[in-house]
Amino acid sequence: MDSMPFALETAAADSSTLRRVAIDPLSRVEGHGKVTLLLDEDDQVQQVRLHIVEFRGFEKFIQGRPYWEVPVMVQRLCGICPVSHHLAAAKALDHVVGADRLTASAEKLRRLMHYGQILQSHALHFFHLSSPDLLFGFDSEPGRRNIVGVAAAYPDVARQGVLLRKFGQEVIRLTAGKRVHGTGAIPGGVNRALTRDERDELLAEIYTIIGWSRQAVQLVKRLHAADPELYDSFGTCRSNILSLVGVDGTLDFYDGHLRARDADGSIIVDGLPVENYHQLIHEEVKPWSYMKFPFLAALGPQQGWYKVGPLARVQNCNSIPTPLAEAERREFIDHGQGKLIHAPLAYHWARMIEMLLAAETIKDLLHDDDLSGTELTTGGTRHHEGVGVIEAPRGTLIHHYRVDDDDLVTTCNLIVSTTHNNQPMNEAIRRVALRYLNGRQLSEGVLNHIEVAIRAFDPCLSCATHALGKMPLQVELQDAAGQVLQRLRTVP
Amino acid sequence: MRAQYILVDGLPIPFEEGQTIMQAAMVAEVFIPHLCHHPEFKPQGSCKLCTVKANGRYVSACTMPAKDGMEVENNSPDLNDKRRTMLQMLFVEGNHFCPSCEQSGNCRLQALAYELEMLTPHFNQFYPDRPLDASHPEVLLDFNRCILCELCVRASRDVDGKNVFALSGRGIGKHLIVNAESGRLADTAFSLADKAAHVCPVGVILEKRRGFAIPIGRRRYDLEPIGMQVEGQARRRSGEL
Repeated sequence: MDSMPFALETAAADSSTLRRVAIDPLSRVEGHGKVTLLLDEDDQVQQVRLHIVEFRGFEKFIQGRPYWEVPVMVQRLCGICPVSHHLAAAKALDHVVGADRLTASAEKLRRLMHYGQILQSHALHFFHLSSPDLLFGFDSEPGRRNIVGVAAAYPDVARQGVLLRKFGQEVIRLTAGKRVHGTGAIPGGVNRALTRDERDELLAEIYTIIGWSRQAVQLVKRLHAADPELYDSFGTCRSNILSLVGVDGTLDFYDGHLRARDADGSIIVDGLPVENYHQLIHEEVKPWSYMKFPFLAALGPQQGWYKVGPLARVQNCNSIPTPLAEAERREFIDHGQGKLIHAPLAYHWARMIEMLLAAETIKDLLHDDDLSGTELTTGGTRHHEGVGVIEAPRGTLIHHYRVDDDDLVTTCNLIVSTTHNNQPMNEAIRRVALRYLNGRQLSEGVLNHIEVAIRAFDPCLSCATHALGKMPLQVELQDAAGQVLQRLRTVP
Repeated sequence: MRAQYILVDGLPIPFEEGQTIMQAAMVAEVFIPHLCHHPEFKPQGSCKLCTVKANGRYVSACTMPAKDGMEVENNSPDLNDKRRTMLQMLFVEGNHFCPSCEQSGNCRLQALAYELEMLTPHFNQFYPDRPLDASHPEVLLDFNRCILCELCVRASRDVDGKNVFALSGRGIGKHLIVNAESGRLADTAFSLADKAAHVCPVGVILEKRRGFAIPIGRRRYDLEPIGMQVEGQARRRSGEL
């Protein structure tokens, strides 16, 4: 565990004597966030906080709705990875309708949908959102630092990124009916299978997709190799890690048990059934953020915070079940020289390994005749409660529902990936602020370093920044009396 | 005896004595947008969506008797603008959240909104607070989506003979109720086999545990818009399609 957790969470000095810098909003897509900095008279950073300021209220307004509506309704939480919420809710409600084991066709169709989603979301995150920072430099000219700039300078990279995402979206469309916000999964199964023509349509492209995914891993490795000091140290904070692993210990995005390791890689908890998640995780509320701070209950809030997502998953599993991605995982693990890798920028490397895993898995599934099966739903003894856990592109996603005798939801608890990564993201930006902002004149490029660290964890907060070539970010430097000393609008 | 005709947008449509404009148009497979009309029930002319101009006057096509030589304006920008406005009022008066509604793709209100190119609600949302009635073992009532067409009222009264539903209140306070002392559907004789269980044009009366079982692409209005479904039949028969 880190030697000085939460050092800059609350300023030691009297905050009324400090200047406040607010990066607000970081982005308005998939979650409003802001970063506040308190600086002393010598421009030394005294306090750094990432606030997630949105209040969505899904857990409340899902109450009183019929349970079969939930998988479709909750996916509106997100426009980038709605399939994750769709499937996590469906998995939870499988238990409510007594479908403890789905038909082979239903489970494989859901897996196909989910792996298509992992592929498209990872491609979106790496190519559209993060590659501009990584290819051009964190403080490069902001007008160029977007996917259009990448297309001009690296046309093949941009094209492959766009087409990788498109393929993932097609997989989702064919399994859920729409590219975004479909209806494929229902409690107890799915509502459609794939036709032979649809499978052939995807098979015609999958080998190209695997090839491009391999190239993406090579690209991210070259970026690491070009500046290993930066990639290994930027915002690095040691923590525990948490993810779902398959029942055989392999990396599985769709189903399995919970496993947690400490910062040195030793297993803390393993094989925990997902319905017991509340034994493993507790949540802390802090007055300055709407987002809770989860921690491993056995370790407490100071020592128990953890990372989720690609960096956690690739290091938490015993192996990856597809050969090309497994070879890349081994190389990644070797890079850590026997230690867990905690560098936020290594998320990108792990993410591309996962994208390769998704592509290989889609290929295997497309050769499985169960995808065209006719037994799509099942059921059993009705229950009043269900927990569904899935590995969403950004990390472990937990949905928990209680349903009454009249079929209406009475309780809903959602712990989403961004919430798990709340403390790690805060810690990462504190380290970045100390290293890159201390004593410096503020500029868009300097502030972008903070966004680069956030982006590595959660693209939801950076979407608008790069997708449209604009940075909807306004920074004001105020004195203690609230007087605006400097204002930056970082629109290129 | 010479056949009698009305002219709908210039197209001669035959009718029989006693038929309304709507009935004649339906037989001729000419689409006049409507919500509260159902060919199996007595017309009541409450939704006003079928408003047409007959010989220059605004009338409800579902209640106006056809008359020989009557000139009817139906598919015109003026009328469709008015229909769109009525749809917008219906949308904001209830809680019509298509993205998570299980009737999406099968809903007549939504289909007409697409048909008439309604792009925004335009008016301020009312956001009424209408609790669900999930008491019945087979059927859920979501009053949030009620458009007061009274089809369920008429079906339960005239076909099922049970009088399960009624409208209560007046003006803006008018709302659908269940005829039971408790107000709960479970305390009535209502059954999934009733006609009233299958006439709701929106998403109020729903068979439980069936939501989203029909995949996108196979829902009622996925393949053809509502207007095309009526007029397409005629063109298919005549060999045009």
